[in-house]
This record gives sequence, structure tokens and C-alpha cells, in this order.
Amino acid sequence: MHANPTINQIRQQLVDLSYKNKVPHLASALSCVDILYTLYFNILNIRPNEPEWPLRDRFLLGKGHAVAALYCTLGQRGFFDSEAVYGLGKDGSVFEEHPGINSPAGVENISGSLGHALGLATGMAKAAKIKQNPAHFYVLVGDGELNEGTNWEAAMFAPAHHLDNLTVIVDFNKLQGTGRSCEIMHMHDLADKWRAFGWNTHEVDGHDCSALQNALSQKSYSIGLPRAIVAHTVKGAGISFMQDDNNWHYRIPTQQEVTETARELGIQ
Amino acid sequence: MRNKFAECLTTLAASNPEICLLYADIGNRLFDKLKKIAPQRTINAGIAEANMATMASGMAKMGFRPFIYTITPFTTARNFEQIKIDLAYANEPVVIVGTGSGLSYANLGPTHHSFEDIALMRVLPNMTIVCPADSLELESLMPQLLNQTGPVYLRIGKKNEPVNYTQLPKLILGKAHVCQEGQDVVLLCTGTALTIGNEVTEALVSHGVAARLVSMHTVKPLDSEFLKGLDEETLVVSIEEHSLNAGFGSALCEWFNDERWKGDLLRCGIPDQFIDQLSGPEAARERIGLTTPKIVKKIIARLSS
Repeated sequence: MHANPTINQIRQQLVDLSYKNKVPHLASALSCVDILYTLYFNILNIRPNEPEWPLRDRFLLGKGHAVAALYCTLGQRGFFDSEAVYGLGKDGSVFEEHPGINSPAGVENISGSLGHALGLATGMAKAAKIKQNPAHFYVLVGDGELNEGTNWEAAMFAPAHHLDNLTVIVDFNKLQGTGRSCEIMHMHDLADKWRAFGWNTHEVDGHDCSALQNALSQKSYSIGLPRAIVAHTVKGAGISFMQDDNNWHYRIPTQQEVTETARELGIQ
Repeated sequence: MRNKFAECLTTLAASNPEICLLYADIGNRLFDKLKKIAPQRTINAGIAEANMATMASGMAKMGFRPFIYTITPFTTARNFEQIKIDLAYANEPVVIVGTGSGLSYANLGPTHHSFEDIALMRVLPNMTIVCPADSLELESLMPQLLNQTGPVYLRIGKKNEPVNYTQLPKLILGKAHVCQEGQDVVLLCTGTALTIGNEVTEALVSHGVAARLVSMHTVKPLDSEFLKGLDEETLVVSIEEHSLNAGFGSALCEWFNDERWKGDLLRCGIPDQFIDQLSGPEAARERIGLTTPKIVKKIIARLSS
């Protein structure tokens, strides 16, 4: 159980939503809840009642299969009624299993195909620099997502263009679709990779909100470079019987497991 | 055509601060004038075409009208999935410019050939496809690209293509342009194939055949109004520097089939094969039979069959 009731609420809703709407990728969503909470409640300069405010900070989700976590976080943050997320995956719903062009308020990008968000945010950050828009651009990518080469194209471009209005956060949960990330691709040295590409890089516990907040708001980063935060996470985090078990990449919980989750999270 | 592209873009960018160019480390000195008037908006995206397309989408989201530019296969085939999602599905007003299309870079081999680009772009919803025949058609169409609210694929040649007009033609994006009237056969040409169409038209005169020569600079959407006016008794010939699979001629076949058109269509283009060991575009056209004498022969045979 987390000390923060909103985070517990988001996790409980994710499990319940997966059970009720029969939508997979639950473990991927649970992995990034603390990161999304920290961004939306403590970092992003946004106006939930004015989602298109031109000067807002933007958050782009790379690992689109985890979008349920974003929907639930946006609901808690007041972008829409938190119960609306139960439209997930239903015919005609704006809450698609992968976010498309008709997404609900607060969702900034299409996702589902991996390796697009960092490039999109890089283009947006470059545009903002030219237009002198003070917005900051945050991107969440999965470690599996970093298999896609396009990320590294953007990773070379951003420091060359001094995009210090861009931050990438890696949800480094060490598991991807069918196995251990570091066995499938060489990624043990992920933080060093970002450093080598010219990014201000920090490693944090991706489930420690105060550590995340500290890393995301640090003023000690050198000016003129984008920031990379390698967040060490656990897939399925927060639910004892799902943690670090890759079956939950696709598995749908039973009603009994939803009840067990609620008990673990201290929710009635 | 690429010099004219750079010139037109510079003119447009001078009065429109939303225009920007991303290029994949190509065009040495080509964009020097643009760089001079808009240094921040002239962006070398590196040899990273996939990310270039995605970044252009991001810039468009922030209000820019980006053009992305490199050799055709690298900005249509290599980055196809980025174009599909970030430009076509997102419906962002980005102009994808493919230079050296068709057989322009014949001598550089199949890596640099682009016989499949129209096919790839044509299958994407929201995409407009514009294939100017020469620098004058390009000049006439360039400002109109900015009227589009979604993505545009602009298929251009390389340099020093023959010019088909004596003065700037008044083209309308989406509308067929009749270059010459004639009653015996209709030649529908797209892109640089208009030059071949011109030669074919002249050569047909000695056979007593009067051709109606048409520039179909916009391949998508096809000009339905114009096509509906075609006489079913008159042979229609399509000429393109693109594969006969899924290109302009194929688009005509689909249109004619769906409209239950009963006429005869003769398609001239690139057959379903890779071609290599070529010294240049002329040798390539000779190899695949995309030459004036061979097309004339086919037309005469078809007319007398």
C-alpha cells in the first residue's frame, strides 16, 4: 500500500478496469503510476479546465499500451470524471486501448506504435524554442520501447539543438513483452547510454515520488541540454501477486484478484 | 526542379513565418538563401528520415507548416510508418518532398530508385499527392500546397528537367491540365512523364494521330470531373515514371472500374522488376521501354487492333 491515497486509487482503478473491460497490459500500466502521478500532481504546468492552453507543459506517452494509467491519472487530476475511463476499449469510446486522434482532454499524442513520442516531443520542443514558448515537454518511454531505433535518432538531435525544454523519463522495469529487457537487448548501461548521447542524466527509484519530484524539478542540470531520467521500476508495481511477473503483460485479473488488490491497497 | 523548389520555398518562407524546412543532410548549398532569411527554420534533421517525419509532426502540432525534404525512397519508403501515423493519421499539414523521383537517379541503383512511392502514399488516407512535370508546374503549384489542411506528398525530379511550357501555366491543384487538344487518343501524364507525353504527341502526328495531351499533376485526389468527361470511344494512355503496380495508371484502373467506364486504357510505366547496372535515366528508359518510339508503337498497335 502506498502512503498516497490517490496513487492507491489509480492502481485499484487500473486493476478493476482491466477486469471489467477485459483490457490487457495491466503490468505495464502499474509500472508507471508513480511517475504519472508525480508529473500531473507536482510537476506539469497545466490547466485541467483549459486543456488546450497554449503555454501548457506537454506530456507525451511513448508506451501507448499503458495508456490506461494515463487515463486514470487524468481522471484523478480533474480533466474529466474519473468514472469516464470505464469507456475503455468500448465501441465509439474516446478511451481507446491505444490513444488515437479522438482521445479525451489531456492526452497529447497518438501512441501504440513504439518509438514515436520522443521524436514528436523533440519536434515540439524545437518548435517551442523558435516560437519562444516557455512550455516544457516530458516524454515517458518504456525500456522495451527503446529497442526502436527512432528513439536514438531523436536522442542525437535534441542535445545538438540544445533542447533543455525536453525531458525523457524511462520506465525501466526490466521486462518487455516476452522477456527480460537486458537479455533481449544490451541495456544494463541505459543511463550511460543517455549520458553518452549528451543528455543530463539521473537515475532514480521510479516508485519514490519525492525522488522523482526532486529529479524532475532539479535546477542543477546544466543549461542547454535535454534531460534523461532513468526511473528504475517494477512491472506490475504495487500489487504483490503481479510484481515482476510478466504474465501480467497480457493477463486479465479475476474478480477475486480485484478484491485482493483492493485489500492490499486498503480500499473498500 | 530541386532548385526551383528551394527558390519557391524561400519566397514563401519570407512572408510566412510558420514555414520551416527539415532536410535529411542533403542539398549542399541548395538552401543557402533560405538559411539566410530563416536560419532557425532551416533545420538539418540529420540522416535520420524516420525521426525527421515525426519531428515535423511535432512542429506542425506547435503551429508550423513544415516541409521535409530528401531523396524520394528515404522520405517515403524508409519512414513509411512515421508518415502513416504521425502525418497521415494525425492529419498534420506537412509537405513531404521527395527529390530525384522515378528514374532521376537511375545510375545510383535501386537504393536510389523510387518506383513505389506513389503506391505507398496513395494508400494513406488524408494524403494529397502532387507530381509536377517540371519547374514551371512546380512554381505554379507550390503556393497551393499551403491551402491543404492535411499532409501532401510532393514528388519532384532532380535538376535540369526539360520544361514543357513557354510560360508559367495556371494550374489548379486537383484539376487536370489540358496541354494540347486532339481527338484520336488521350495521353494522361503525371510528373516528368509529361515530357515523354509531349514527344509522343509530336511523333504521333506523322502517323496521322492527333493526341490530347493532359498533365495529371495531382494523382490524389484524381480529378473525377475531368475523368467523367472522357469519351469511352477514344483510347486513353497513361504515362508515368513509376511501377505499373499501384501507381497512377493503377489509380485510373480503379477509378474506371468503380465508375463502370467501358473505354480502353493503355498503361505505360515501369514493369514489375528491379533494374540496375545503369548509366543514367536515358539508359533506364531504354531498358524498360519507357521511350517515345516504343510508346508510339504500342499506341499505334492498340489503335489498329
